[in-house]
Amino acid sequence: MISKDEVRHIAKLARLELTESETAKMQKDLSSILDYFDLLKKVKSEKLKAKNSGLKFKSNLRKDEVKEKPASLANNLIQAAPDKKDGYIKVKSIL
Amino acid sequence: MNILDLTITQLHEGFRNKNFTSVEVTKAYLENIKKTDKEIGAYLLVTEGLALNQAEKADKLISLALSGVEGNGGDFPLLMGVPFSVKDAILVEGQKATAGSKILENYVAPYDATVIKKLKTQGAVILGKTNLDEFAMGVSTENSAFKVTKNPNDLTRVSGGSSGGSAASVAAKQAVYSLGSDTGGSIRLPASFCGVVGLNPTYGAVSRSGLISMASSLDQIGPITKTVEDCRIVFDAIKGKDPLDATSIESQISNFKSEIKNIKIGVPKEYFGRGINSNVKKIIEDAIKKAKKHGAKIVPISLPNSKYAVACYYIIVPSEVSANLARFDGIKYGLYEDAENLLDGYMKTRGRGFGIEVKRRIMLGTYSLSSGYYDAYYKKAQEVRQIIKEDFIDAFKKVDLIFSPVSPIPAFKIGEKTDDALSMYLMDIYTCPVKLAGLPAISLPVGNIGKLPVGLQIIGKYFEENKIFNIASQLEKML
Repeated sequence: MISKDEVRHIAKLARLELTESETAKMQKDLSSILDYFDLLKKVKSEKLKAKNSGLKFKSNLRKDEVKEKPASLANNLIQAAPDKKDGYIKVKSIL
Repeated sequence: MNILDLTITQLHEGFRNKNFTSVEVTKAYLENIKKTDKEIGAYLLVTEGLALNQAEKADKLISLALSGVEGNGGDFPLLMGVPFSVKDAILVEGQKATAGSKILENYVAPYDATVIKKLKTQGAVILGKTNLDEFAMGVSTENSAFKVTKNPNDLTRVSGGSSGGSAASVAAKQAVYSLGSDTGGSIRLPASFCGVVGLNPTYGAVSRSGLISMASSLDQIGPITKTVEDCRIVFDAIKGKDPLDATSIESQISNFKSEIKNIKIGVPKEYFGRGINSNVKKIIEDAIKKAKKHGAKIVPISLPNSKYAVACYYIIVPSEVSANLARFDGIKYGLYEDAENLLDGYMKTRGRGFGIEVKRRIMLGTYSLSSGYYDAYYKKAQEVRQIIKEDFIDAFKKVDLIFSPVSPIPAFKIGEKTDDALSMYLMDIYTCPVKLAGLPAISLPVGNIGKLPVGLQIIGKYFEENKIFNIASQLEKML
């Protein structure tokens, strides 16, 4: 069983505000799911080493070059931001 | 003849013979949506204006093609003028794309997904955006922030998920076909529950550009249709390499014809064991017997590591989710909850914008990736993923296709499982191993328990969608 403090710590790492009842629910749910994950402990590591020959996907990189896009796309993207000014996205000051 | 029963090729012939126009077909669908969707709840948004506009354009292009002035011998694309629906995690420029989440409730898509671009080029008609579990996380649409999509076959039951709105819209004749996405079973499960055809393509066969990401090593877009033939037509229209999705591959999809009498079908014993509903088991076994009667060779096989798949999947997916959903910070798009400082703004926005299942997965993923737990969870899951994949590769040395149920039970009651996250996760037991291996698989309706449809899962080798289609369409005719 993971503790409420652990739940709060993970929530903070994940940048999630949880209510008290959500924290209690998470504690219960995460504990039962993590117990279920114990199933994986049964997989012997020798088996994994022998098997992990690796099926490789070819890397698929594009050329590093600038591609022109219509100005309307940039505009659409900026429009999606909740707070903006003069074509820029506004962010709270961090200093 | 009811216009709403026609398949894609039948509509195409109808347009060619001037039996009806795209505007007429589109109006018939819009009318049926108005009539039935209050009850079913398949759509989050009906794009009536867009649909009629596209239908008018399609009619013009069709009559131009038929007049022969274009010199194309009267040909026009198969999907031209054919109305379809789109899962609300796929972007259609200028239309809302909520992904079923409050955090994107007012988000307007800034561009078209590649699959939408391709269908627009063919002249297809967009009827609207369909409901889903929030960010495609779920098996019933009960995790949608907006509503639950009911099963058109029995309104007290779920439509399946996460592409439940898509499957229900096809089953309820509210769209000729739909685009969904499948990460652990999100196309095949609702297709099975609603009694329609759903294809999860090979990983890399279809571009995901413009699909709101859940777990990028698994997400695939695919068609949900009335028939196998329709499924092939839509798949052919959307597949292919796309510079905007680095994991997409130019399809080496083979085009050979295979007949049921010449193929070997593998039946994994692990997929018929504990926990399967006896009626589901019988329906799937009957379908296998039919294939055998028509000459297919049935080969018992074993996929011994599939029993680890759900645990493996629910470590890998939340890990990717916790990274992918970090982008929802209240700054670039979506909901923003004001706060004293930047950090509190993140916490509040995400705390209020995300539903409980999304939070649960972000938490699980953050935990699995955190220092001290990474080796035991994430790394172990990646290694186990490999042996699950190799099980399939070994099996496919002996057989052409693998048959199994899509789900251990038919559509369950709304509310039945909402308090038990793990029992929801276990619904992916037969569908998620396929995804961990990156293989293609279809759900084909092969029987009913009372009113409730049951889907057969046909799994193929990498990029052998055509073999799946060939055999599925032969089976479809036998049933």
